[in-house]
Amino acid sequence: MQTPSPRLLLVIGLAVAVIASPALADEPGGLSKTTAPVTGEQVYTQVCQACHMANAKGGQGAAVIPALAANPRLAVAAYPISMVVNGRGAMPGFTDILNPSQIAQVVGYVRTHFGNAYPKPVTAEEVAKIEGAK
Amino acid sequence: MSGRATTRRQLLSAIGMIGGATALYSAMTTLGHAAETQFAGPPNLSGARKGASIIVLGAGLAGMLAAYELSKAGYQVKILEYQPRAGGRNWSLYGGDTYTELGGATQHVGFAPGNYLNPGPWRIPHHHRTLLHYCKAFGVQLEPFIQFNHNAYVHNADAFGGKPQRFHEVAADFEGNVAELLGKAIDQKALDAELTLEDRDRLKVALREWGALDENMRYVKGLRSSEHRGYDRPPGGGVNGAPIASDIFDRTDVLKSGVWENMAFFMNMEMQTTMFQPVGGMGMIGKAFARQVQPLITHNAKVTKIFQDKTGVTVTYSDTGTGVVSQAKADFCVCTIPLGVLNQIDVNVSPEKQAAIAAVPYSNAVKIGLEMKRRFWEEDDYIYGGHSFTSQDIGLISYPNNHLFGDGPAVLLGAFSRSGLSANRLAGMTPEQRIEAALAQGAVFHPDSYRKEFSNGASVAWSRVPWTLGCCARWNEDTRKAHYQTLVAIDDRIVLAGEHASYVGCWMEGALTSSLDAITRLHRRALEA
Repeated sequence: MQTPSPRLLLVIGLAVAVIASPALADEPGGLSKTTAPVTGEQVYTQVCQACHMANAKGGQGAAVIPALAANPRLAVAAYPISMVVNGRGAMPGFTDILNPSQIAQVVGYVRTHFGNAYPKPVTAEEVAKIEGAK
Repeated sequence: MSGRATTRRQLLSAIGMIGGATALYSAMTTLGHAAETQFAGPPNLSGARKGASIIVLGAGLAGMLAAYELSKAGYQVKILEYQPRAGGRNWSLYGGDTYTELGGATQHVGFAPGNYLNPGPWRIPHHHRTLLHYCKAFGVQLEPFIQFNHNAYVHNADAFGGKPQRFHEVAADFEGNVAELLGKAIDQKALDAELTLEDRDRLKVALREWGALDENMRYVKGLRSSEHRGYDRPPGGGVNGAPIASDIFDRTDVLKSGVWENMAFFMNMEMQTTMFQPVGGMGMIGKAFARQVQPLITHNAKVTKIFQDKTGVTVTYSDTGTGVVSQAKADFCVCTIPLGVLNQIDVNVSPEKQAAIAAVPYSNAVKIGLEMKRRFWEEDDYIYGGHSFTSQDIGLISYPNNHLFGDGPAVLLGAFSRSGLSANRLAGMTPEQRIEAALAQGAVFHPDSYRKEFSNGASVAWSRVPWTLGCCARWNEDTRKAHYQTLVAIDDRIVLAGEHASYVGCWMEGALTSSLDAITRLHRRALEA
């Protein structure tokens, strides 16, 4: 796994997300302050796992949440990066709550866990480039 | 800006000067989006051709309303529904219910009889007229939903040493401070270019009254400020009847508390009182709609293909229990399947329509119900309904609005989390972990009783709901512009309906207004065919 640069760590250390969106849908109201996850494992547990499950096997109901476990489509890092940045179908993009370093960390984590073995590190620069192409 | 009259823009600009960009933004969003929904009564669908048929996909509110009105108009209607239950996201969980989320975790709800959790919709604005109309028409008994409780708490880890405070205290202090500062700005001639002399005087009177300022235009400890924020010793009778004023909070803590966000929330048109809830749980609405159309519904039907040609629409579906594959044919189709699910179904609509279906992601939300052995929030803290807000992941706890002063167990809403990180963090947990998180966080409001009185709980994480894979369609300005009209347009014989096909997203009213609009247009299309 790639170690984040000291500069990025500093940024993340300060990144206590303050999310205050105007209520149009039925929302709880009030200020949500959450401490941001840093490592790939933390991001996976606190964000991805909500849909893709703790074992990364996804789920199937009226439609399918794809498994990330043992998924050959993770071989090229740009694919999972693009999914996290842009989303697809019901899955939103996550650039509103995750910065490039966090995305790099979690993509790197998934590519080296859950039966995936794609050890080439993922960098925040790669993520920023795909975000730039958005 | 030199005009004599004060425009709304000028007032906002003044708020921006005093309160900074966040206050300005908050005031603008508050003032900007106030609009009631559109409802001109039930549709008039006269002249339907004899024998014309329509298949409705989904037995949520949008689908059932479409089926109800279309069959009333003379169409042959059939509904296919994935779940064994009608109602869709209109849903209540009661004691004895079992719920299995994606990933396989199963919860057996242990609430006492009469208690419930509304995983989805839970409150109805007074101006959601379509929904209120059909509630009355279908015999749904409504009761007040206590939306705004001045005596509930606000909690922010960064303010008041992390101690929750009563809303009325913090809100009064926020308003008092804003009033005093704006008064000073007037006295320091900072607003002379914005306001005439007469308007300056009027505004100062308004600030003194609204902000509970003293005769010197100061917000200070005293009986005047206590009239808004509450007393140290409230007025009473007899010897000690005279009230004693309360201390006001430190201004920095008041600003850090984020209370302005809660205040602005209640100003939002969708959140204004009066609000309602059905007696017995929100799911009563789905049940009442289902009573109107139940014979038309085929349950456990998983749609796998929607195919249209010159002769009609053919829907292929499999029985979720037996796996038996069937087909249903009709002249037209009203499809209310949530977009994230529909995006994975083979549908022959135009490429533009397919792009629109694929373009809208879904929000997540988590709700957690906690049954407590007694109403300690009422008995110990004098809180009757309403919400206590927190900056923690749970977002709020909300107190039951019914059976006030009752004995026996009651269900608190222990979490309503919608913001990205918070909702996903709770959703990623096991049901047991969610309950533990809800107890740990919610205990900040009622530390002596929360764990002691806890009996059992249930949670729903919408990202793991098997039949939606999410909570609501998440449009933004760009996707609205690029795809909304395409999404709602009739594609030959198929029209989409649901909250995702409305500008009242994530509300039942959106599903219903969308449905009425869709079937009105489809009826016209059918007459032209």
